[in-house]
Amino acid sequence: MTRTLDIRNLCLRLPDTARPVLDGVDLHIAAGETVALVGESGSGKSLTARTVLRLLPKGAETEGAVEVAGENVLALDPQQLRALRTGRVAMIFQDPRAAINPLRRVGDFLTESVRLTGAMSEPDATRRAAELLTAVGLDASVLRRHPGQLSGGMLQRVMIAAALMGDPVLLLADEPTTALDVTSQAEVVALIGELKERFDTGLLFVTHDLGLAAAISDRVYVMYAGRIVETGPAATLFTDPRHPYTLALLAATPRLAAPGGRLAAIDGQPPDLRHELTGCSFAPRCRFATQLCTTQAPEPHSAPGAPGHLAACHHSDRLEESAADA
Amino acid sequence: MTTVLTRRPGLARLRAARQPLYLACLGFVVLVVLAALLAPWLAPGDPNTVDLGNVLAGPSADHLLGVDAAGRDTLSRLLLGARTSLIGPLGVVVFATLAGVAVGVAAGWRGGWLDSVLSRSTELVFAFPGMLLAILIVTVYGEGLLAPVLALAIAYLPYVSRLTRSLVLAERERPYVAAYQVQGHSSLQICLRHVIPNIAPVVLAQSTINFGYALIDLAGLSYLGLGVPALTPDWGRMVFDGQTAIQRGYPLSALLPCLVIVLTVVAFNVVGERWADQVARRDR
Amino acid sequence: MPDTVLEVTGLRRTFGTVRAVDDVSFTLAEGGSLGIVGESGSGKTSTARIIVGLERADAGQVLLHGSDRTARARGKARRLARARQIQLVFQDPYLSLDPRTTVEAALREALRLHFPDIDHARRITELLDQVGLGTRAASALPRRLSGGQRQRVAIARALAVEPAVMVLDEAVAALDVSVQAQVLNLLADIRAQTGIGYLFITHDLGVVRCVTDDVIVMRHGRIVESGPTAEVLATPQHPYTRLLLDSVPRPGWDPRQLAAARRALSLTTNRGNSTDS
Repeated sequence: MTRTLDIRNLCLRLPDTARPVLDGVDLHIAAGETVALVGESGSGKSLTARTVLRLLPKGAETEGAVEVAGENVLALDPQQLRALRTGRVAMIFQDPRAAINPLRRVGDFLTESVRLTGAMSEPDATRRAAELLTAVGLDASVLRRHPGQLSGGMLQRVMIAAALMGDPVLLLADEPTTALDVTSQAEVVALIGELKERFDTGLLFVTHDLGLAAAISDRVYVMYAGRIVETGPAATLFTDPRHPYTLALLAATPRLAAPGGRLAAIDGQPPDLRHELTGCSFAPRCRFATQLCTTQAPEPHSAPGAPGHLAACHHSDRLEESAADA
Repeated sequence: MTTVLTRRPGLARLRAARQPLYLACLGFVVLVVLAALLAPWLAPGDPNTVDLGNVLAGPSADHLLGVDAAGRDTLSRLLLGARTSLIGPLGVVVFATLAGVAVGVAAGWRGGWLDSVLSRSTELVFAFPGMLLAILIVTVYGEGLLAPVLALAIAYLPYVSRLTRSLVLAERERPYVAAYQVQGHSSLQICLRHVIPNIAPVVLAQSTINFGYALIDLAGLSYLGLGVPALTPDWGRMVFDGQTAIQRGYPLSALLPCLVIVLTVVAFNVVGERWADQVARRDR
Repeated sequence: MPDTVLEVTGLRRTFGTVRAVDDVSFTLAEGGSLGIVGESGSGKTSTARIIVGLERADAGQVLLHGSDRTARARGKARRLARARQIQLVFQDPYLSLDPRTTVEAALREALRLHFPDIDHARRITELLDQVGLGTRAASALPRRLSGGQRQRVAIARALAVEPAVMVLDEAVAALDVSVQAQVLNLLADIRAQTGIGYLFITHDLGVVRCVTDDVIVMRHGRIVESGPTAEVLATPQHPYTRLLLDSVPRPGWDPRQLAAARRALSLTTNRGNSTDS
């Protein structure tokens, strides 16, 4: 069976940087699967999602393969690319207000792309838009309103409806709830989950929130400095991390369950794009790092007995021992 | 933040997108300024010495750019004329910038009735043509550079104050300004030390563009015989003096100052636009 | 029982027909840390801005060590005295520093204004040291610094004034998890060293749990629940507090049920409001 999304060894270079911004990213999504891509700012998580639509920064050079349902996105001609963007792949952005023209009515916004590509006639498109608005918990009267008259949560629902207009096989959600309040976040997440099941789309959920990733996804990828450092089923990755970065991130997150007081902060900062990287990108901040880590970049290898749980760390096994000690 | 500089329609199309054009213009601006500064040493002769034997002569070893209808050396007059022709617009721009920034900051920062009063009165000045104002003042006060410079400065003030006001309004909303307020700094200190330096590049870019326009306007005035005293070398005056020469088929003494005026205005425009673009890009 | 440093009573602020802040009262103990939790539009930021003095209240008092600071400050001495009462750290470290002022100049400015007679260079080194910035950062312009470093500068600048209370308006919300932890630890250390009081405005319950002693929960401009942080988070009394707590994502989390709970709650409060008026 072909995968909905298959990214293989993707490297992306930008001018004026000493190291690739994306460095050998491997990521795949099966049909109907929810996958979370977790990382801090500058890790390359948003860029990975945007590469799927080939929304690349100026001067970017790519290597590797990005396949959507078996078709290599990096090799498409402009017309095919437009078809891909209006049809099979849709994206939901962090800030709905920035992604919608404030002067156009919501109805125009929803039907614009399918009308322009000729995929649907105008009455069909309007009917479909009204249907989807109902599906996202709004009513058809919203079609005639302007974006300024809607709240952030409502607008994000409109964006989700817009994303579903072209019957996508893959939905890319780039921090879709970061700009929302916690209670609206729950609603939007519930909605995306429901629609995904109903329309059987694959979902790539890009977020910085570990708790959210654990709560909603089937599998998780953790990214650091342009590399995937760990991937595995959401259920085990957070309870049983095999990469020191994942472990450290979990420890640094303030939690409701934990008592107050000091957090286990990660010292230092992520590596600068202006400097070349040798060895493991996390080594300078890692308490498990040895001589080996600074000279040789670790290859991802799977956990014993769990082929789907991979970590790019020389010391995954020591990590487990220390967790057992603690 | 988008700030719109005020441009005149014809020149607005000249965008300084290309690097060579900008460098050429910057070079020309430097050249003109140097010429003005060093004119007394550069000029081959006295600009007012009349050489009646050579009236309307073409370029020669003695007179590199020829001689005008009154027998005066064109090159010397161009070089020394650069002084008058640049000092006038400089006065206009300095005065308009200082006063315009003061008015704009006061209006933008304080808001309320002060803003209304200041904005309405600058609009009043806007509605009155600057050239007309200048002609009026010159006819009242007679010859001399000061009157037209002052008149044009008042006419140019609204361009600067309106721009400054909109910049201050945007800048005032930035959290760093609130941070300084919370720290106990007075409004005056915040404006002088932080707000004005932050908006200065855009205002200076506008002033550079204004410089070119002021140069045209002042040249126009002296062409009409207003402002600059008759014997003082000045580009606008030279065009006026050269008219008769054109009719007699010796165009050099009139065309050269025209050319220099146009080139200087264009050069200042391109440089100003470029600076404004650079500031805009840095902010992004 | 420790002394009260900040006391807020009956604060009100209306924008048009919206009651942004509606009868808000609370106290902050000397050296204590109080969290104000709420979603956007809850009035938490307006409350903070009134307390700091960036906005005026329609009614109510803000007392610091018993003296009222709601009236407009006239004169330099009053202005400086008020600045030394309360300082503010903003959410966005990218906008709260003047882009043209170096770190050192920003600190020197604050010191020159408030303490003209001390050795500024030494105090600047001390402050930078206190917030974990090297002297190398001193000569840098804000754009050369990372988000976490800028927030440290903002904290140092607030500390330079030696205030009794520091208001932190979503001060860690814009930071990455790993950096956020560093800054939260730094804030905890500073409180332990100096005995400064914190007013922590945030939407993040995890952060509240981590750094505050007491918490108040705001909704639609009103306080719906208040008490010791551990207690409120463990046994929330108000349905809105419960909804907020349940909305924090965790494994086994059911967003659908939450969405239903949220709708139910907004219905009941809407009905409640209409009977009020």
